[in-house]
Amino acid sequence: MTKIEAIIQNSKLEAVKAALQEIGVEGMTVLEVRGHGRQKGHTEVYRGREYSVDLIPKTKLEMVLPDALVDKAEQAIVNAARTGKIGDGKIFRSRVDDAIRIRNDERGEGAL
Amino acid sequence: MHNRKRLLSFSLTAVLVLFLAQFLCAQTAAPAASPSTDTAARLAKLEQQTAEAKSSADNAWMLTSSALVLMMTGPGLALFYSGLVRKKNVLGTMMQSFALMAIITVLWGLFGYSLSFGPGNSFIGGFKNLFLNGVGASPDADYAATIPAQTFMVYQLMFAIITPGLIAGAFAERMKFSAMVVFTILWSIIVYDPMAHMVWGKGGLLNAALGGRFPTLDFAGGTVVHITSGVSALVCALYLGKRVGYPKQSMPPHSVVLSFIGACLLWVGWFGFNAGSALAAGSLATSAFVATHFASAAAAIGWAGAEWIRNGKPSVLGGISGAVAGLVAITPASGFVKPMPALLIGLIAGVFCYAMVAKVKAKFGYDDSLDAFGVHGAGGTLGAILTGVFAVAAVNPIFKDAQGNPLPTGLLEGNAHQLLNQLIGVVISWVIAIVGTLLILKFVDVTIGLRISEEEEAQGLDLSQHGEEGYYWETPA
Repeated sequence: MTKIEAIIQNSKLEAVKAALQEIGVEGMTVLEVRGHGRQKGHTEVYRGREYSVDLIPKTKLEMVLPDALVDKAEQAIVNAARTGKIGDGKIFRSRVDDAIRIRNDERGEGAL
Repeated sequence: MHNRKRLLSFSLTAVLVLFLAQFLCAQTAAPAASPSTDTAARLAKLEQQTAEAKSSADNAWMLTSSALVLMMTGPGLALFYSGLVRKKNVLGTMMQSFALMAIITVLWGLFGYSLSFGPGNSFIGGFKNLFLNGVGASPDADYAATIPAQTFMVYQLMFAIITPGLIAGAFAERMKFSAMVVFTILWSIIVYDPMAHMVWGKGGLLNAALGGRFPTLDFAGGTVVHITSGVSALVCALYLGKRVGYPKQSMPPHSVVLSFIGACLLWVGWFGFNAGSALAAGSLATSAFVATHFASAAAAIGWAGAEWIRNGKPSVLGGISGAVAGLVAITPASGFVKPMPALLIGLIAGVFCYAMVAKVKAKFGYDDSLDAFGVHGAGGTLGAILTGVFAVAAVNPIFKDAQGNPLPTGLLEGNAHQLLNQLIGVVISWVIAIVGTLLILKFVDVTIGLRISEEEEAQGLDLSQHGEEGYYWETPA
């Protein structure tokens, strides 16, 4: 099992969700987050005073997938979320030891 | 359907009976009175009815205006200011406006009205109208001859409420609620009441219509409301010091949306403030209404336009701040100037207040958090001076010679002396505001203390002063 964490532009959430559903991803967790990478944020001006906003609102998707689905899912996210400009986000993948379905103690890929 | 028919026939019968009765009475009464006394009596009755009709019309507008001016404080000013603070201070800031709606009302009834408008000396009214004694249905001819004195009293009360509310913009996010309550009570007595008496009270030092020594033109409160509050705001900002973290830590407005709604309510409410200051529903009210609207529009363009040129973008906050600055500047002039000069006053005010807020404040580094001085102090002073330039007798013939012919009013009409009188009015209101506010701040500081603690400031006014939160996200379902 593999966990995918994808940080994407807020405006791309619907497209990414649709693309993942299409390839058969059944569950995900979506979080509203703030952060920055190499993209440095922007400035806002209120009554002549400049405020630099360096933590930018982003959307983070988390999903744990059967290994067979991981490459396809990553490709789907990349295709749907890419604008080609700085600030498009990142994808991280990591191993997951186990999964447990709370309702009936089912374990492993069957619990996903 | 059936009921309606019955009602109709019943009313028709009633009208017929009344008509017949009147006819019969007229038949019997007519021979008793001679034709001439009959005409005189009818004329007198007609005159009385005309006066009553005018009084009703004026009173309707003045009660409406009173309500509009109250709406400027709550929710207008409350929203405008609370949108500009950080999330944790939203309720505390609203409360600083709302509390005045309650507190000043009580003071005004007990003694505030008497000290402002009761008979007194050149500087302050007396005790004749304590507890609203003698303030009833009959008009006070010195102030407003066609509306009940009680209407005049309640209209002026709304001004007394909003004025200290404006100061709150300078001590936002860091003053104790208890200190704010004591401060505003004392400020209302020591600064507002004398200033209102001097400018608007009968025999006041600066009164232009009722025998003042230095007749200052202030139609709706450029000196009384905006200079006093704006200058006091600057004193508060300097005395209290900066908010913790200012100016290093960024403190952007938490909701320009709230401020937007507030500013638009202020714009609408200001029609009551300025056009209502005609104290009647006639053409002077229309003139003030038009001048007010034109100045606000031009000032919004002025401020947002200046931003557009300097920063490349016109901001919403800039637009609404400009509108308020224009409303401030036109306040003293509204009942004295024509629409085109009003447009000009607004445009100048929009650019000038933007420069005060964006450049001057940054240069000196004081923390006038919500720009009470930059908008009300600066805009009020500008407006008071420009009133002396653009006032014309054609709009409001306030100065008359012995025969009752109108005399020149402002500088452009050839009355250069008026500019001097305006400056005297400005200087006196600055001095009273500075001295009065300093004394009160010192007193409150040594007795109960002005500022909340650093921890409380980090926590925010809402929790530390009122024990509640404006936005409680974790409400259980």
